[in-house]
Amino acid sequence: MASVLRFRKLCYVESAVKCTSVGYESFEIDEKLDEKEEDVLSANNFALEINKKRKQPKRQPKEWRCLDSCCWIIGYLCTTWWLLLFFYHCLPVTLLRVPELPGPGVRLKREGLTALHPVVLVPGIVTGGLELWEGRPCADGLFRKRLWGGGSFTQIFKRPLCLLEHLSLHYETGLDPQGIRVRAVPGLVGADYFAPGYFVWAVLIENLAKIGYEGKNLHMAAYDWRLSFQNTEIRDHALTRLKSKIELMYISNGYKKVVAVPHSMGVIYFLHFLKWVETPPPMGGGGGPGWCAKHIKAVMNIGPAFLGVPKAVSNLFSAEGKDVSYIRAMAPGVFDSEILGLQTFERVMRMARTWDSIVSLLPKGGEVIWGNMDRSPEEGHVCDFSKKSHSKTSLTTNNVNNSDVKRGFLVKDLANYGRIISFGKPASVLHSSKLPTADSKEFLRTSTSENFNNFSCGEAWTEYDEMSRQSIQNVAADKAYTTTTLLDLLRFVAPKMMRRAEAHFSHGIAENLDDPKYNHYKYWSNPLETKLSDAPDMEIYCMYGVGIPTERSYVYKLSPNSRCKSIPYQIDNSVHGEDGSCLKGGVYFADGDESVPVLSAGFMCAKGWRGRTRFNPSGIATYIREYRHKPPTSLMEGRGIESGSHVDIMGNFALIEDIMRVAAGATGDEIGGDQIHSDIIKMSERINLGL
Amino acid sequence: MSSLRRRKPINESSDSKHNEEEEDEDHDDVDADGDNDVNGKNKKTPSKIKKKRGEKPPKQPKWSCMDTCCWFIGCICIIWWLLLFLYNAMPASFPQYVTEAITGPLPDPPGVKLKKEGLEAKHPVVFVPGIVTGGLELWEGRECAEGLFRKRLWGGTFGEVYKRPLCWVEHMSLDNETGLDPCGIRVRPVSGLVAADYFAPGYFVWAVLIANLARIGYEDKTMYMAAYDWRLSFQNTEVRDQTLSRIKSNIELLVATNGGRKVVVIPHSMGVLYFLHFMKWVEAPAPMGGGGGPDWCSKHIKAVVNIGGPFLGVPKAIAGLFSAEAKDIAVARALAPGFLDNDIFQFQTLQHVMRMSRTWDSTMSMIPRGGNTIWGGLDWSPEEGNSCAKKREKKNETQIADQAGSENAVCKAKSANYGRIISFGKDAAEAPSSDIERIDFRGAIKGHSAANTTCRDVWTEYHDMGFAGIKAVAEYKTYTADSLVDLLHFVAPKMMARGTAHFSYGVADNLDDPQYKHYKYWSNPLETRLPNAPDMEIYSLYGVGLPTERAYVYKLSPHAECSIPFKIDTSADDEDTCLRDGVYSVDGDETVPVLSAGFMCAKGWRGKTRFNPSGIRTYIREYNHLPPANLLEGRGTLSGAHVDIMGNFALIEDVIRIAAGASGEELGGDQVYSKIFNWSEKINLRLDEEIPVHSSR
Repeated sequence: MASVLRFRKLCYVESAVKCTSVGYESFEIDEKLDEKEEDVLSANNFALEINKKRKQPKRQPKEWRCLDSCCWIIGYLCTTWWLLLFFYHCLPVTLLRVPELPGPGVRLKREGLTALHPVVLVPGIVTGGLELWEGRPCADGLFRKRLWGGGSFTQIFKRPLCLLEHLSLHYETGLDPQGIRVRAVPGLVGADYFAPGYFVWAVLIENLAKIGYEGKNLHMAAYDWRLSFQNTEIRDHALTRLKSKIELMYISNGYKKVVAVPHSMGVIYFLHFLKWVETPPPMGGGGGPGWCAKHIKAVMNIGPAFLGVPKAVSNLFSAEGKDVSYIRAMAPGVFDSEILGLQTFERVMRMARTWDSIVSLLPKGGEVIWGNMDRSPEEGHVCDFSKKSHSKTSLTTNNVNNSDVKRGFLVKDLANYGRIISFGKPASVLHSSKLPTADSKEFLRTSTSENFNNFSCGEAWTEYDEMSRQSIQNVAADKAYTTTTLLDLLRFVAPKMMRRAEAHFSHGIAENLDDPKYNHYKYWSNPLETKLSDAPDMEIYCMYGVGIPTERSYVYKLSPNSRCKSIPYQIDNSVHGEDGSCLKGGVYFADGDESVPVLSAGFMCAKGWRGRTRFNPSGIATYIREYRHKPPTSLMEGRGIESGSHVDIMGNFALIEDIMRVAAGATGDEIGGDQIHSDIIKMSERINLGL
Repeated sequence: MSSLRRRKPINESSDSKHNEEEEDEDHDDVDADGDNDVNGKNKKTPSKIKKKRGEKPPKQPKWSCMDTCCWFIGCICIIWWLLLFLYNAMPASFPQYVTEAITGPLPDPPGVKLKKEGLEAKHPVVFVPGIVTGGLELWEGRECAEGLFRKRLWGGTFGEVYKRPLCWVEHMSLDNETGLDPCGIRVRPVSGLVAADYFAPGYFVWAVLIANLARIGYEDKTMYMAAYDWRLSFQNTEVRDQTLSRIKSNIELLVATNGGRKVVVIPHSMGVLYFLHFMKWVEAPAPMGGGGGPDWCSKHIKAVVNIGGPFLGVPKAIAGLFSAEAKDIAVARALAPGFLDNDIFQFQTLQHVMRMSRTWDSTMSMIPRGGNTIWGGLDWSPEEGNSCAKKREKKNETQIADQAGSENAVCKAKSANYGRIISFGKDAAEAPSSDIERIDFRGAIKGHSAANTTCRDVWTEYHDMGFAGIKAVAEYKTYTADSLVDLLHFVAPKMMARGTAHFSYGVADNLDDPQYKHYKYWSNPLETRLPNAPDMEIYSLYGVGLPTERAYVYKLSPHAECSIPFKIDTSADDEDTCLRDGVYSVDGDETVPVLSAGFMCAKGWRGKTRFNPSGIRTYIREYNHLPPANLLEGRGTLSGAHVDIMGNFALIEDVIRIAAGASGEELGGDQVYSKIFNWSEKINLRLDEEIPVHSSR
């Protein structure tokens, strides 16, 4: 009886997929499984099979009406499906289990590693779950249900507009809109899986558990990733809670320091936390200047976005990324179709622009770091990604020759990564002297011009609606923007958002870190405008994947669609470079982990904090651990145990092993010091930053 | 099948009449080989099935049975999908409209009502779940539990119980010697509000209260679920998981982040005892306690709102430990004798359950405390004279009061001896004490166990006991609360050795005795003092009006070889003395008798007593049980049952008012329906702080 119950339930879940798909798939599965399973089953199915074959020629309109055949076929499918399911559930559990790859946890346990230091996980943007605590009538019945992450996103499909409304924040304050409370899901469940089967932290947690970690020495610092960092403290006391949790774990685990493992945006969140906790109370946590030294052993940053990501630019500017622009190129009109009245992008942009946290990911450090019109640290980077991964077997000499030849060829067509946004391909390749210069004063002048089309579009959704046609044209006429002018551009196209967000984040480089203005919290999450705390025994790791093309700069065009409430710019996906060039579909690629370029992830550990610098006055040891991306070799591996991409790297066995060793007490030197595959050292040297 | 039969002709008749001849045949086929399929038919998800309508009239087709069968299922699936699709497309508020159309407008849930009154979140709230209701998840297990990492073993769907029952029992058991994890198995409490909001899907525990609190503005930062592993003894939760330290740290954090407002603690069921333990622990100095200093409670706690608190234990725990059964199981056994004891299937369910639950130290915290002083001796009990007329009153409320009175009188003449918590045979339960011949079991030789070798691998301590020991137990005839503890020591020495290291069941003569500094006394309200916190308030909220197990009539089990040798004598019935199916019941909330839930607040702690030296104010709030008026109400908004009371609107309203800042007086002080004050009067317990001349300990 029990198994039947069980089996009914599973039917409920899986038949959605199963029964909607065309029947033939299940026939195939039948046959496959029949071979394996008991004779009874095969005999049974065989009978069915024969029946089917016998009946098929007779399935003519005169004997079988369509409705009947329909019913028949569905009944047939369901029956076999249920039978199979039933047998599946009757089988002993161990028989059907896919032989799992023994994770590093098992191996390290055999080596004798045990849980030593408590571990704090800090999730990044987007991966954390959000749940509803109070909502509008349209969200009835969703109380304490996940709106974001974790469960399935079925609600998004059922009532998309309602969901968008609830996930948005207040445009002026960046906090909750009136009558809506959406909060982060606390605990490990907050970010272990993003969607069913799509792990984020789950693999790491499981492996840590193998050597003895559990609830008391493993903590997920869930926070509302939509808010600016200081606002998580103001609204939810998230930073205070994290402080209290770390102190508790430190004490209750026999005064062992904590190993923090932030991921993606969590990295700068944790950076913010480290400053916050040592700052005196009104603004900070009042932990005193020795707090970090006392409580934290190591910060193991995974895929750190220290200096921001260019992806955030395109997201804020036109709510699209590489993937979106591909889809648009392949199926033009899906997103922009007016018949459905979806206006997906506009709505998404409207929501995303209320999230302060995205602004924290804008590139930091301006032209010094990201390069200006004519030079960039990645200069000379060769985009033969495809070559590298496909021809592993080819001789190294051959490879070198090959790329040398290519380099010679490519020099003329090198990407000007420094121009993060350029309008039209010419603007991205021409020498800077031939381009009109972008000038922020010009923006000021145009912004005063009349907004004549404002009233015709009704309610303004995004701030683009408040811009005049003329100023939109002007923006495009400026042709190319570097990181510094980009900020001016954003301030121009979305003044309110930037005003709100820039109260919380800063993107510059500090001249003099002793300037008292740097005590303000808006500088805490920018590694170029804060000092690390005085904790000489602490260790900082930068762990990230390399070997995947990563968005670095964009070629834009004016959107052909000029109706109301549309986004006036989009990535020009028709622009492709020559074979081997880094330009594809309007996007220039550099090395990285698919989201964060190497430069952003590695620079601080490679140069900015290496040794005793002004950003790292106490000389905290830094280590770079790069993991070369290898796609999964077989389907069994799922998302790959050697993946280097931004989220999948959390399942990378080498990375997990490193974390476990450090958590079990190893130092950076013991796990092998730096491990570098990319040109990060060379790139860092090109950056001229006073240290 | 009947639904199939009904449905098919409907579909059929709309299609054609030609098939009628073969229909009967078809049905038989469905009966014969369609069982598996039919069982699964009801659960299907909607999909876009396009039905095409052929217009040609069908000729006589040669339908084989299999075809008909498939056709049939197909039809049903399509209908089911259509319905599901409609259901999913339906606006979310639709069921509410229907309900309101049938029953009239529902009363506002208390959260909404109080929000309209202008109440707002004020004091942070801490929930302390009780035994059994908290979820447990697996962190490390044997091979048989592969793939269950961080899945719930307890709470949730319990799917694994059915799939691999023995594996499950193995993982849920603790080590028989230490009461901690067995080697290689780590099962840990789920943390956060999800730990105990729902026990199983759709069966709420805290969820209703949480939802209502959220209405007036509570959220994660102002609510905290103090989840703990309810299988462990209270001090062991600290030793193994540092749970008490975590609770302390979290309460401090809640107070600090909410502008210094003290917390309102809401323990339920065993959580009441757990929190009592916590309050002592947190003020005790560091090696054994939490080192919070003597005024920690008064600094951090505004009120302790105990829901259904078994302060003095529950008789149910005895039956559970003694023979792994309670009223429900005994009744089931009476209805279907042989099902649970079936040897053919080799289930031995009860033995397994018993073996498992006896490794849980926490069950021993619920053994009745206070001995004969509280629970009554052979010839008297505080509830004496309690009539079971209540039930009858409910049945025909038109009955005149006179009649009820006279019946009461009759009852009194033949009142139940509740003091005899376990008696062997109905006679022993009813006879005056002078007539009972009791042979002391304490010195009896247990005899060596002959059964040991034959009993497969099931192991309870009964197997160490020979026939002589079992007989000796039965010969003693009746057990009062005092001798019960001895009895358990006799039948389960190992378990009780573990238990007595963590719990104590007596009444303290002199609370200044340094022995009472040991943690084993902390969860016994009769052997500890409340903390020095004159501003704190203690509430006791519980349901009344439900018959609650109070004493049992036992018999020797007929097949004594490999099973539990004692069981409840379900044949013992007595209208007048509340004896039904071998169980004497009194007023209570179905699990905790009124006496246990109310006594401390009614008398033991009322005013300045030796158990409550700082005079913490206590309030009793009783809620009369009313069954749900109709099915749509689910488990009822007026329920008084032990767990269902968490959905009682009146109780929720009280809790919210307290959390929003009201004091006990503002709430209306005591609210009493039962005779708790009368009964408390009868209990002769010294409450003033004088030091007795003799010390029994």
